[in-house]
Amino acid sequence: MAFEPKRPQKKLDYQELRLFTDEELKNYTEEEEKNFKIKHDIPELEQLESGPWPSFVADAKRYALRRRKLGQDNLLINQDVVEDLLGQVELSYVHGETHWKHGGIVGVIGYGGGVIGRYSDVPEQFPGVAHFHTIRVAQVPSKFYDTDFLRGLCDLWEYRGSGLLNMHGSTGDIILLGTFTDQLEPIFQELAQVLDVDLGGSGSNLRTPECCVGKARCQYALYDTQEMCYEMTMHYQDELHRPAFPYKFKFKFDGCPNGCVASIARADLSFIGTWRDDIRIDQDAVQGYINGEFPPGGGSHKGRDWGKFDIYEEVINRCPTGCMSLEGGKLVIDNANCTRCMHCINTMPRALKPGKDTGVSLLFGAKAPILEGAQMSVLVIPFMKAEPPYDNIKEIIDKTFEWWMEEGKNRERLGETIQRVGLQRFCDVLGVPPAPQMVKEPRSNPYIFWKEEDVPGGFKRDINDYRSRHAR
Amino acid sequence: MALTRDKLGRFNPDNPMENRVTDIGPRHYWQCFPPVIQKNYGKWDYHEILEPGVLVHVSETGDKAYTVRVGGMRFMTVEYLREICDIADKLADGYVRFTTRNNIEFIVDSLEKVEALKEELGKHKFVSGSYKFPIGGTGAGVTNVVHTQGFIHCHTAAVDASSMVKAIMDGVFEHFTSMELPAQVRISMACCLNMCGAVHCSDIALLGYHRKPPAVDHEVLEKICEIPLAIASCPTAAISPAKTEDGKKSVKIKVERCMFCGNCYTMCPALPLADGEGDCVVLLAGGKLSNRISPPKFSKVVIPYLPNNHPRFPEVVEAVKQVLEAYAKDARKYERLGDWAERIGWEKFFEKCGLPFTEHLIDDYRLAYDTYRTSTQFKYTDAAWAVSKAAEGEE
Repeated sequence: MAFEPKRPQKKLDYQELRLFTDEELKNYTEEEEKNFKIKHDIPELEQLESGPWPSFVADAKRYALRRRKLGQDNLLINQDVVEDLLGQVELSYVHGETHWKHGGIVGVIGYGGGVIGRYSDVPEQFPGVAHFHTIRVAQVPSKFYDTDFLRGLCDLWEYRGSGLLNMHGSTGDIILLGTFTDQLEPIFQELAQVLDVDLGGSGSNLRTPECCVGKARCQYALYDTQEMCYEMTMHYQDELHRPAFPYKFKFKFDGCPNGCVASIARADLSFIGTWRDDIRIDQDAVQGYINGEFPPGGGSHKGRDWGKFDIYEEVINRCPTGCMSLEGGKLVIDNANCTRCMHCINTMPRALKPGKDTGVSLLFGAKAPILEGAQMSVLVIPFMKAEPPYDNIKEIIDKTFEWWMEEGKNRERLGETIQRVGLQRFCDVLGVPPAPQMVKEPRSNPYIFWKEEDVPGGFKRDINDYRSRHAR
Repeated sequence: MALTRDKLGRFNPDNPMENRVTDIGPRHYWQCFPPVIQKNYGKWDYHEILEPGVLVHVSETGDKAYTVRVGGMRFMTVEYLREICDIADKLADGYVRFTTRNNIEFIVDSLEKVEALKEELGKHKFVSGSYKFPIGGTGAGVTNVVHTQGFIHCHTAAVDASSMVKAIMDGVFEHFTSMELPAQVRISMACCLNMCGAVHCSDIALLGYHRKPPAVDHEVLEKICEIPLAIASCPTAAISPAKTEDGKKSVKIKVERCMFCGNCYTMCPALPLADGEGDCVVLLAGGKLSNRISPPKFSKVVIPYLPNNHPRFPEVVEAVKQVLEAYAKDARKYERLGDWAERIGWEKFFEKCGLPFTEHLIDDYRLAYDTYRTSTQFKYTDAAWAVSKAAEGEE
């Protein structure tokens, strides 16, 4: 199963795909770029052209020039779309207020997500952005690309849209920013039929799953994040495109507790790699660190002189569980008391490696503050093996979806439903017993919702029986 | 197959299902990996950051993958993306990777290719002088800012995003290209409380916020909103049904109950909150995502109000630098901003950062009590003496 795509993959060749010739692609000079003025005055925005950090204004301006020189005959939406966008953003700076209208239902046939409607509230002034709909395109898991695909995407989006995009949006999709309604269907089918890629999620459905760099380029990946992300994305295509949920639902796949895709803060279901055997120790390499042969932290602190590496100061005494010691020059770890925070491994990557018996922890319910306040994901399943085809995990997901679709209120994220109904009930749904790992500490109030079957004699009360022992 | 120039492309409005392709998902990752990644997938042994922005990953096979990381813009044009492709084609075998934090990575298999990339990337500048591809964003420094759409595309934004990010990164640029801080500092920016992205668990988070209750568009409210949904959307029950003088159904707002979350506007377009005069920026600090040493934690509000001073937000940039510099000076090696604040105590955090503590910073929402201090353990700062003085507890 490893590395097998679910469908035949098209080999893309830009020379076959392309819409523009080389001359059309290099259609302006640096001199023209320097002297170019867009059709609106944008003194506020132009303040953002200086300074060392890449300037989106400088980028947008040169691209506006390019569109002008391409001319309307080579473009399906307004050639001035970028100039009008800059004009509208300038006006927004002056007013301190956004000039996009609220919502607008647009989409492609058969899907309930992937397109977000957007209209300007000053369309007479900026006709090029009268419609400015967004299309979410499924990113490659962990965001590696070949240039044939990207160049094809550029031609398509330039021809049929604004040529403005995000690499990437917060959930991970490629976000194509700004086109008109009549181009939504054509763009979708060019993407699907030619560029071999689908739309992402939006609205009350499964959002495009996202994963860390994983085994592609990280020694800490404790399961195959790309493969699992890809498999789950393919398995749940229906949930991704056709909204049937109370609200959005996000999967994110972090390969280890370092959490590079922020699953614990952002995902309704966070998959975080972990292990259950012992940290592997290379004692020679430990000595190497002590002797200053290797930079601690993989060189992360090279910029400042922090003095000679001190294994007590930097590792052993920083261990949150105090489970490390140096005995007879050898590093000893009490693995049964280790909580796998990764600090020692991060600090001495050549000497220490996670165990080899690996799996995932499942945490549920993260979300941003709207509405009950921000939540992080809650640890519910400490350890699961994560091997293709991941049937054990799909079963947990299916139970979660089924319960939440039935129990969740409109616009209630999973984490809020769990909080409202109780973590105990959610454990019942998943068929797992309660465990102290699920809480920071046991409750401090005794307000337990005992069930009738828990109590001898049940809940049926007889006041006369009570009064037979107690005078009124 | 070629892309087509036909106006409707492959879509036939008379027969929309003709040749239609759906539910194909993303492209498979394997074909997008450079050869050194394919060959060593799952075999990585260790890594080292050779210099800011340059990493080497060493495989069990002995192969090495070198990564050159550059700061990119999340909001870009196809022209910028084509320029990335030009560099990738010329010097990185036609492959490129983007990171979760909007950085761009070129991965190659030799140090010679790294040198060639560094030389090439340094040459790419905008005519206005900005770098297009600054190298950095690794280790104990400030990496790229994750952010939201702002005025570029969003209808609920309280401030713009791309401009604030540009201003902040210009301001802390030296920390992007160096690794001199006690630990990595993750800065995030969200243009409203909906917070697309993990802003609420960042070392430093900037948040656009409204400060005026919604204006009610009585003329159209009945027509464009479901009134019960609008009422139910309010977490503090500040919205109730009302009738206008000319008999239209509408709602009224109990303004003293409004916490300006904007959830009502999401449900009802006739209740806009945006107000250039009232909207502001909130600065939160001390959050983190990783489990390293201490568990992940939320960012805390430490500055309730900074002006929405587009386009360069000087007050915001100054505040970020102020917190960053106090942390850089005082924290221990490996200590994240939030871990530092907790070790020294939040009272010391405010003192060392030179930030005033105002009543806005004391929680009064649902779990407020959890944040109150129920202990005699505290440190003396001027703020404590001010209380003693007000209580006439000082001679």
